Amino acid sequence: MSLNCIKIPHIKDTEDCETIRFPVPETVYIPMSQHMGAPCEPLVSIGDEVRVGQKIGDTDAFMSTPVHSSVSGKVIAIDDYILPNGRTCKGIKIECDGKQTVSEDVKPPVITDKASFIKAVRESGCCGLGGAGFPTHIKLNFDESKTPVDSLVINAAECEPYITSDYREMIENPEDVLGGIKIIQDMLNIEKVYICIEKNKPKAIELLNNMTLQNNSINVIKLSTLYPQGAEKVIAYNATGRIVKEGELPLNQGIIVMNVSTVGFLNRYFKTGKPLTWRRISVDGTAVKSQCNIKVPIGISIYELLKFAECDESKVKKVLTGGPMMGLCVYDLNTPILKTNNAVLALKKDKKTVKTNCIRCGRCINACPAGLMPTELEKAYEQRDIDRLNSLKVNLCMNCGSCSFVCPAKKNLAETNQLAKLFVAKNR
Amino acid sequence: MEKLIVSPSPHIRSGMTTQKIMLNVIIALCPAIIASGIIFGLRAIFLILICVATSLVWETLFNMITKKPNTIGDLSAVVTGILLAFNLPSTLPFWMAVIGTFVAIVIVKCLFGGLGQNFANPAIVGRIVLMLSFTGAMTNWVLPLSLQTADVVTGATPLVSQDAKYLDLFLGMTGGCLGETCALALIIGGIYLVARRIISPITPLFFLLTVEVFSVIVGVDPLYQLLSGGVLLGAIFMATDYVTTPITFWGKVIFGIGCGIITCVIRFYASMAEGVSFSILIMNILTPYIDMITKTKPVGALPDKNKED
Repeated sequence: MSLNCIKIPHIKDTEDCETIRFPVPETVYIPMSQHMGAPCEPLVSIGDEVRVGQKIGDTDAFMSTPVHSSVSGKVIAIDDYILPNGRTCKGIKIECDGKQTVSEDVKPPVITDKASFIKAVRESGCCGLGGAGFPTHIKLNFDESKTPVDSLVINAAECEPYITSDYREMIENPEDVLGGIKIIQDMLNIEKVYICIEKNKPKAIELLNNMTLQNNSINVIKLSTLYPQGAEKVIAYNATGRIVKEGELPLNQGIIVMNVSTVGFLNRYFKTGKPLTWRRISVDGTAVKSQCNIKVPIGISIYELLKFAECDESKVKKVLTGGPMMGLCVYDLNTPILKTNNAVLALKKDKKTVKTNCIRCGRCINACPAGLMPTELEKAYEQRDIDRLNSLKVNLCMNCGSCSFVCPAKKNLAETNQLAKLFVAKNR
Repeated sequence: MEKLIVSPSPHIRSGMTTQKIMLNVIIALCPAIIASGIIFGLRAIFLILICVATSLVWETLFNMITKKPNTIGDLSAVVTGILLAFNLPSTLPFWMAVIGTFVAIVIVKCLFGGLGQNFANPAIVGRIVLMLSFTGAMTNWVLPLSLQTADVVTGATPLVSQDAKYLDLFLGMTGGCLGETCALALIIGGIYLVARRIISPITPLFFLLTVEVFSVIVGVDPLYQLLSGGVLLGAIFMATDYVTTPITFWGKVIFGIGCGIITCVIRFYASMAEGVSFSILIMNILTPYIDMITKTKPVGALPDKNKED
C-alpha cells in the first residue's frame, strides 16, 4: 500500500544559497511561549544585564522547555505578547549591546546516563525544528519497558515549496547531523536509523550516503518528491512500513521521528553547550528580491528580516512563517522569529480564484494522505453532524492542505476540517 | 505594505478549476461533434448549437429569477447542451430540443441547487422526458447523408435491424442519435479525457466489459452490442459525470457493472431497443447508497466507537 500524495511546485530558489549571518540587531523581543506546551515565566527583570545563551525563562510545567537570550544586552521591557492562537504570554524585550558576550553558563553538558542526557536536552531549550515544535526531551524520554523503540527516522524530506533550511543543514553541517544521530542512538540504544530525503535533493543524498557507507545501522532513504512526505505519520510509514494508528504517537510503533536540523543542533549543543538561540531561515517568496538562507537570532522581527532580504514592501500582500502549504499568515510584521520558524515568505497578491459548488470529482479523496474524504467531511460539518464527523475520522486530518490544493471548486477543505475538529472537541 | 492578507493554509492552489474540467470535456466532445456534422449534415450541428444556446439561456434566466449569481461561466451548461443534443435524432424539431434543455437545466439541475447538487444526469433525464413525450419524433432515425436516397431517408437503428457492418458501426455510418453513432470519435474523446486525468477509466471499462460478458453469456454478438446504440456515448461521457456517479474506486466499479447489467437486461429482454439512458438513470439514483458502502478506509483508523455502542 502507498499513501496518497500530490505533486506540488518545488520553487527551491534558495537551495544553493549558503547560510549568511544576520548582523547583530538593535533589539530582540523573545516571547516566553515558543512552541506547543506551557509558556515559561521570565527569570529576569527590567534593567537586568543578559548575555548570549543565558536562561531568561523557564517553568516547572511538564510540556515545556526553557528560553535563552539570543543576544547580550539589557532587558528594557517585559510585557504581554499575543500568540497566534489568541492567548497571551510574557515577552521580554532586550536592547543589544552589540558585543554578543557569551554567558558563563554556556559549557558543554556532562552526560553519563539517559537521565542526564534527557536533562541536558531540556536545558538546551530544544524543540522540534520542523515546525510543530514538540519539546525534544519529552520525545526522547520514553519508557523502554512500555514502548521499546528500534527506529529513529530523521525527517529531511522538506516537502514544502521554497524552504531549504533543512537542506542547507545537511550540506553545510553533515558531521553535526550524523553526530547528533550517533549520540541519540548511543544514549537510547536505537538499532536502525533512517535518514529520509526527497529525491529533489540529490547532493544531500549523495553526501550523507557516502558518509554513512561504513555504518550499517544508518540508511539513507530516497523518497519520491511528493507532498506531504515530511508529515510525521507519512514519513514514519515510508521509512519503516509501520502505520501509526489513530490516537497513537510514532513512539507506539517503536519509532522516533526527528527533524534533521534538530539532530544537527543537538550535536552542536553537546559539543559547545550553546543553547537554542538562533535559527536558519529561508527567506523567499514572490516579493523578495534577494532570496537567502540566513542565520538569525531568535527574537528579531520579521520586518527586519524582510528588509535585509530586500523585500519589495509596496508589493507584499501576504507574509508567511513556514511553507505555502501549511505556513501561518503573519498579521503584524513586528512578530518575532521563534524557535520553530524555518522560513519567512513574502508573497505578492494571490491569484484570483473562482469558487464553485463541489462537483464531486473526488480529487480531494485521492489526494488525502490519511485516506479521508474531505468532501464528505465538509458536508458533515455543514450539518454539524458529530457522529458522521467521527465516523469519517476527522481527527486524523493533519491539515497538510492537499485537499484544498487540488480542489477545482477552490473550496477551503483543509480549513473546514480544522473547524470540524474544533467543533467535535468542543462538543465531546 | 498597508495591510496584510490573513487566510488559512494552503496559500497555493493547483491550476485546475471547474471551468477547465468542463472545457476539457467540451474538447473531448469535439471529435463526435465534427463526426455528427459529417454523418448527418449541417442540421445536426444546428441542433447542437440550439441545445447549447438554450441551455445557457435557461440557466441565466433561472439565476436571474432566483436572484443568484450567474453560473454559466463554469461551462457545465454547455456540456449538458452538447450531451443532450447527442441523444437526439438530427431531424428532431428545434422546439422539442428546447423543451429538452429546459427539463435538463432547470428541472434537473437548477431546481436541485445547481451544479453539483443534482442527483441525476441532466442530459439523460432530458432525453428520457423527450423520448416518452415525443416518441415518434425521437425515434425517427435518419440515415447518414451518404446512405440516403430520394425515397429512403430514415431507417431502423442498427440495434433493431441487427444488420450493420462493423466498419460502418465503428465510423458511425448508420442511423441513430446524432452523437452516438461514431464509435471512433467517442473513443478518441474518451482517451483524451483519461490522458488529461479528467475522468477515471474505471467506470467505462467496467460498463463496457459487463456488456461484453453479458452478451457472450446470452449468445449475442458482443462487438455488435458494443458498437451499436448509445453504450459508448453513455459509458464514456454520461457514466463518468462526477456529480451523479460514485466518488471512490470501488463505487465506480459497482456503478459500471450495474449500468452494464441494466443496459443488457433492457436491450435483450424489455420491449425497448435501447437501455443505456435508463441504466445510467437508475444507477444515478443508487449512487448515494453506493457511496455509503464504499467509503474509503482512513489510514490507521480504529473501529468506529459509535458502532460498538
